[in-house]
Amino acid sequence: MKARRVLQPIWFSSVLLPFLNRRVKDRFVGGAFFLITILPFAILLVVIVSLILRTQPILSAHSIGELLTGQKWYPLKGQFGFFPFIAGTFWVTFMALILAVPPCLLSAIYLSEYCRPRISAVAKPLLDLLAGIPSVVYGVWGMVAIVPLVQVFSSHVNKWLGFIPLFSKNNPTGYSILSGGIVLAVMITPFIIAVTCEVLRTVPDGTRLASLALGATKWQTIKYVVLPQTRSGIFAGVVFGASRALGETMAVLMVVGNVAKVPSSIFDPAYPLPALIANNYGEMMSIPLYDAALLGAALVLLIIVLFFNLISTIALRHIIGRSKI
Amino acid sequence: MEPHIQVRDLNVYYEKIHALKDIDLEIPRHQITVIMGPSGCGKTTLLKSLNRFLELNESTRMSGNILIDGEDIYALGVDVTEVRKKAGLLAQHPFPLPMSIYDNVAYGLRIHGMCPNGRSVDAKVQHYLLEAGLWEEVKDRLHFPATGLSVGQQQRLCLARGLAIEPEILLGDEPTSALDPISAQHIENRLMDLKNEYTIILVTHILRQAKRLADYVVFMYLGKVIESGLPGEIFDNPQEERTLAYLEGQF
Amino acid sequence: MKKSQIEEGIVKGFMLLSFSLVVCSLGFILVTVIVKGLPALNLDMLIQTPKGGYYLGKEGGILNAIVGSLYLAGGATLLALVFSLPIALFLKTYSRRKWWADYVRLSLDILWGIPSIVYGAFGFTLMLALGLRASLLGGIIVLALLELPIMTRGMDEVIRRMPIDMEEAAYALGATRFETAMHVVLRQMLPGIVTAILLAFGRGIGDAASVLFTAGYTDRIPNSLLRPVASLPLAVFFQLGTPFPEVQNRAYAAALVLTVIILVVSLGSRWLSARMGRYTIK
Ligand SMILES: Nc1ncnc2c1ncn2[C@@H]1O[C@H](COP(=O)(O)OP(=O)(O)OP(=O)(O)O)[C@@H](O)[C@H]1O
Ligand SMILES: [Mg+2]
Repeated sequence: MKARRVLQPIWFSSVLLPFLNRRVKDRFVGGAFFLITILPFAILLVVIVSLILRTQPILSAHSIGELLTGQKWYPLKGQFGFFPFIAGTFWVTFMALILAVPPCLLSAIYLSEYCRPRISAVAKPLLDLLAGIPSVVYGVWGMVAIVPLVQVFSSHVNKWLGFIPLFSKNNPTGYSILSGGIVLAVMITPFIIAVTCEVLRTVPDGTRLASLALGATKWQTIKYVVLPQTRSGIFAGVVFGASRALGETMAVLMVVGNVAKVPSSIFDPAYPLPALIANNYGEMMSIPLYDAALLGAALVLLIIVLFFNLISTIALRHIIGRSKI
Repeated sequence: MEPHIQVRDLNVYYEKIHALKDIDLEIPRHQITVIMGPSGCGKTTLLKSLNRFLELNESTRMSGNILIDGEDIYALGVDVTEVRKKAGLLAQHPFPLPMSIYDNVAYGLRIHGMCPNGRSVDAKVQHYLLEAGLWEEVKDRLHFPATGLSVGQQQRLCLARGLAIEPEILLGDEPTSALDPISAQHIENRLMDLKNEYTIILVTHILRQAKRLADYVVFMYLGKVIESGLPGEIFDNPQEERTLAYLEGQF
Repeated sequence: MKKSQIEEGIVKGFMLLSFSLVVCSLGFILVTVIVKGLPALNLDMLIQTPKGGYYLGKEGGILNAIVGSLYLAGGATLLALVFSLPIALFLKTYSRRKWWADYVRLSLDILWGIPSIVYGAFGFTLMLALGLRASLLGGIIVLALLELPIMTRGMDEVIRRMPIDMEEAAYALGATRFETAMHVVLRQMLPGIVTAILLAFGRGIGDAASVLFTAGYTDRIPNSLLRPVASLPLAVFFQLGTPFPEVQNRAYAAALVLTVIILVVSLGSRWLSARMGRYTIK
């Protein structure tokens, strides 16, 4: 009934306007709008094609296999091996996932299954805020707070667990994969929590009540009924988090050390692809093939990220979309 | 005979809504008690107070006592899961758990550690599926997902699942209203068979179903129990105007 | 106590611990930025551009970066709005073929996933091709690319939630789709649209990797679209990279300013959408 009242002025104006004129206008605007919706596809295509084109010079000088598996990065000598950077990207992302996933899943379960509505109403803006903090600010936090902590922590761990290669230490600075992983973990937390909450919401309440009515505790209900049903959705959420972590640039660049060597310990520095691109854009026009190599790095990064992003996006559409019907 | 459930001076509020007002009720053992009344009068709320489902909702408050076998189920230190194990629920819509037919029935057994050795699980699953009248239809596909069953079969599965935890009380909240007539008939027959061993409380809107099944009738209106007694008295000779009006279909 | 109850208690403890960890991280970040940034912040920082010897610790401020960031993000938001609003409206009112709308949404989701450094690298090649130098215009274009999917999907989500019958009511009264889009959808969804715009603005103003290549950096406030422009995230990044503690302190102050802007934008969008929400039908 209320809707009527708001619509009155439109009704009048549409009667006053000549019929034909309106129809033409509608058609025209419809066509224009349709053309604009092609824009996202066009951008996607142009980004990919232009990166491929700009990478051509280096692809004609070196084979793809050579580039992807090469360990040496000496632009002045014309050696462009991407492997240390690809490895660094995955090391840091993996570190971040290991640190982020358990607390994120537990927090999401807490927020969507346990806590009072009042707490989850407060938690949402806080998580939005966490997602909105700019990555240089994360970087500042990492440099000021996390790197020194990791520096101290690494010397202690090294004393006791140094014999395990993963924890061995040959880097006294604290600028390391662990630091990058911690910063990234906090950065992707709001994404993973949000997706997981959304996925948990796809389980109908009646299913939970059915289990509770049989005398199951809340946790038993979650463990045996809710989680098995949402496993793939939660996994997709984690992959989504990974896709965000893989492309993160500034925050990681500021704390990860940037040494072009394949890392072997969490206290080693690493040099992820985004950092490589960001750090060297300045001189890339002055050395032959260097610009093609850096844009190649951008292309490799784009392909990796798109792979993870596409899998998770399509899976989540299917999962969250399906049960909304 | 000592009543199985005693409700004393029960009041329930959802925020500001006073959903149950000064309920006093005695529910006889091993009989079918039918609760009737117009929509919104508090029947579901009363059932939920019996298996402590009310406390799942943050905004509810309640006062009064509910005794099962003379013991207050809301007393301090009472384990909720034990209360719910004692009072099984058959909801309006069947919600099979997202697992196989077999596991649906075995779920409660495992949760409560009622089957220390594996072999007896098989036997119990078969027993309760038989008791719910579903065994013949599903014995060849026990390990298929329960969601593949028809709605009527799902409701009987929910019955088997509820029976498997060996409750003393069965709470049915319009358990046949989502079913086709034949499936509804199935459930009714099961309930008739089961009443020798269980105390059954059934909410229904269907007058004829109530007449067929009831051993004891409770009539509610606007959160109050207006009248309760044997079906002969209530159906044929109601003392209250409002009961009569309801029975004549005036609501 | 039963085993199941003990397990429940333990798990619940871990959940509380995890959730507090998340909240504490947020607190830790904010406290770090405030503690480091506040002592270095003063009025001169906010109202002066860098003077000679600023990067050695002498006089000046970061007004160039503050204004530059507002120019960049403001321009990019306007540019993105020009395209995202029609797309979002089209998805709701014009797309009779649902599969097309689904593909558009998918492409937007994919664009959203592209790292900003890749947009930066792409923007750089684009500018080379067009013969542009690092400039305000270049920065605006690349930031607009970054903001477009965020803004469009944000609008799309709120517009999609609009009850369909209101739209049908408008059709029934004889309104064309364009009129429906302009009068009904837009007016109803204004709070959500404003939220989406501010969200995109916040992302734009905070992004460093995409403007690194494309906007350049300068001590002056640009007076033309073709001049390079400074930005707050890069002010933080570059000043932290110098060896002088005074300059590093100014980086912390710049980080604080940036964080405050983000906070204001996000609180502002909440306040605005709550306020405007009163004039729409619930
Ligand atoms: N979760 C809730 N929050 C607020 N009010 C509620 C809630 N559940 C029920 N009520 C209110 O309590 C009153 C009793 O509801 P109840 O569901 O018990 O009625 P009912 O007799 O089962 O009705 P029906 O025959 O339609 O199922 C109603 O006025 C209802 O609006
Ligand atoms: Mg009811």
